[in-house]
Order: sequence, then C-alpha cells, then structure tokens
Amino acid sequence: MSMHLTDWFPVILSLRVALISVVVITVLGIPLSRLMARREFYGKDIVEAAITLPLVLPPSVVGYGLLLLVGKNGLLGKALAGMGISLIFTWWAVILAATVVAFPLMYQSAKAAFQSVDLNFEKAARTLGAGELRIFLTVTLPLSWPGIVAGLVLSFARALGEFGATLMVAGNIPGQTQTIPTAIYFAVESGDKATASTLVAIITVFSFFVVFWVNRWSKKQNY
Amino acid sequence: MLEARLTKKLWNFNLDVQLQVDNQILILLGPSGAGKTTILHLLAGLSKPNEGLIKINGRVLYSSGEKLNITPQSRNIGYLFQDYALFPHMTVMQNVIYGLTSKRCKQDGSALEPMELLNSFGVGHLIDRYPRQLSGGEKQRVALARALVVQPQLLLLDEPFSALDKNTKVSLRHEIKKLHKRWQIPFILVTHDEEDAQFLGDITVSLEKGQSRENLLNAISVN
Repeated sequence: MSMHLTDWFPVILSLRVALISVVVITVLGIPLSRLMARREFYGKDIVEAAITLPLVLPPSVVGYGLLLLVGKNGLLGKALAGMGISLIFTWWAVILAATVVAFPLMYQSAKAAFQSVDLNFEKAARTLGAGELRIFLTVTLPLSWPGIVAGLVLSFARALGEFGATLMVAGNIPGQTQTIPTAIYFAVESGDKATASTLVAIITVFSFFVVFWVNRWSKKQNY
Repeated sequence: MLEARLTKKLWNFNLDVQLQVDNQILILLGPSGAGKTTILHLLAGLSKPNEGLIKINGRVLYSSGEKLNITPQSRNIGYLFQDYALFPHMTVMQNVIYGLTSKRCKQDGSALEPMELLNSFGVGHLIDRYPRQLSGGEKQRVALARALVVQPQLLLLDEPFSALDKNTKVSLRHEIKKLHKRWQIPFILVTHDEEDAQFLGDITVSLEKGQSRENLLNAISVN
C-alpha cells in the first residue's frame, strides 16, 4: 500500500468540515438538550422524534430533504437565491449535511448526561443562593461533561464519515466539495487503488485514536 | 420564628399543614410517602404550594394571598439533603464556600469564616478531600457546614441519619442537639425514627400517609 497522496484536499476539507460542524452542533445542541432534558411541553415527543430522525433515516433521504429545503427551488433556497447566495454544491452544503446528520448523536448523549445529574445537586445549589446560570455552569455542566464529550466525539466522527447526504447536496467536486468518503468512493470507481487505500488508512487510524483517547479520558472522569 | 400554613395537592392525597416554630427543633415524623420531604421542599421554595403563607421572623417568603413567592436563592434557608448532595466534583472547601459567592452573602456580609466552622465540626483537616473520600459522618458534617456558613434563618434536615450506622447516628444526634443550642434558629428535622423524635424534638408533628386534609395533621405534642 502506497502512502503517497497527490491530493490532500479531501483530507483537509473533511477535517475542517467536521470541526466546524461540531462547533455548530455543540453551540446549538447543549442548550437544546438541556431544555429537552428538563422541560415538559405539549408536542415534546414530536419535536424529539424530528431531531432524532436524521440518525435513523438513510443519509440519501436526509440529503433529498435538504435538497428540497436549500436547493435552487427549495423553500429556503429560493430566499437565499434572492440574496445572491447559493448553498448547493459548495462546501457550505458539505457542512450543512454533516451538521444535520451528526446532530442527533450530540443531542442524545448530552440529553442523557443532563438527565443523569442528580437533581438534588441543583436544588442544593439553589438553597445556597446560586442563580440558574451559575448552577448550570458550575454544577450541571461539569457533572455532565463525560457524556457531552462522548457526544462531541461521536458527532465529530459521524461528520467526518458523512457520505450519502453530502453527495446529494454538495456533489463530488474535486478541490471544492470532495471529502475523504466521497474521494474514496470515486477513487475505487475509477480504479485508483493507491488513493483509495491511503485515504482509508488515514481515516481509520485517525478515528481509532480519537475513540481510543476519549475512552481513556472518560474512564478518569467518574466521581 | 417560623410560621407556615401550606396546602399542596399531591397525586394520592392533599397535604395540609400548619407549623409554628420558635428557636426549637420541630420533628416531622411519619412513614415514607407521608409528605415530609414535600413540606421541606415547600418551605425552601423548591416546589410551590397551592395555597398558604410562609413567614420567617416577620418576613413573608410565600403568600398565595399576596401572590408572593420568594425564590429559594433568596429565602436564606439552610437545607441538609438526605444524601447530603455534596457536589462530587468539588473539594470539601469548595463545597463549603459555594454559597459564599452568591449575591446574598456579598451584600449583607453575614457569612461566617468557613475554616473556623469546619474546625468546629471537626472536619477542618479534610478540606482538600472530595466527597467520595469521606465517611458518612464526615459527609454530614461537611454538608452541615455548607448549609450553615451562609447564616440561614432556618435549617431543614431531611432524614439526616438514614445513611449512617448506629454508632455514628447516636453521636451525630448529640451533635445536632448541641448545634441547635449554639445556633439559636429553628430546625425542622424529618425522620421516620421515633427515637430521633424523642431525643431531639421540642415539638413533634406526626404525619400519616394518605390522610385527608382534615386529619393529616393529627398530633402535636410538646415534650
């Protein structure tokens, strides 16, 4: 197996997309999962099912849905086109696909983590005079940290490996929207075994070390 | 002096109590499910009564008539939780000073010196330990220090001896009695153990499970 890679673009794009997606997922996912972990409201089950849906649907279905939404004639796509913005077949579309598909993993882990925090800790903090934001930052969040980090890693890995939805909304344009997974697929298709196996090796080793490190880290985080 | 009239609809019965405590120890005695912890929650502001009035030293904390409901953060009521609810990710010292950084304490400067208090409870040497490294009795002393360092006007104790072995329990009973003499504030202690009630109680209120609102408060005796 040759480790010689002529085009590093897919590797760099994949990492960049996964990082940006994880930031977006974290910023949106933590408040949302916290809210859903503790609040009851009418229609909550429907909202939850909708959030989790991209996890269980085939990625091509998610991609098709995104096309309907942000495509040239899509609901959002038309409005964006009016402002001179076209998302489809750009690297923004790669980020969009990765974010939507990986979001449920963060949501599920963070929500489970928040739910596992004993409510008495928060109640105790309240009787000690701490406001709700301080309680969240100093009690709830630190105690949920292992679960949140697990969600972070899972969603990062999922974003890195996203294929189906990405292909539908962003295509496979070398130097523009080509990620590791799409590059592997098209390398195999065109008989370029060297490129395919190098990319496979890179993503496998990288993913292995991420999961390995997180497992070790989270073992140390038990109180 | 605490005065409280509280009614609360629970899923299986209606809670209806009247309490009046000077700087005494009031015991809420009854089997589990009789609504004892609920009463403490209502007093501390951790849950809301359907109707009633709570007044400490002339200050109204809750009044359904005036639609007044002071937050638990501003009630200045100490709460010792059944499992002590010490923050597991903080050291003994960090736990004890948690309440000191709140607005309430900064404003009126009523806080005590934490180290002095910890020493008086005989746990001054444990300040760098984490809760998981403490015995049951030590946990209780630390939790008491945490609740008292902010100078509450009322101390609520939820089954303070249930997690302790017989010997520790007997010695801590004595300590709580001494503590009460020193602090000169009302204590309300929840227990299902009649020995606790006889030893500690200035006033004992017996609660029975599933009683209707008329005869829920079925015994007030003064030792």
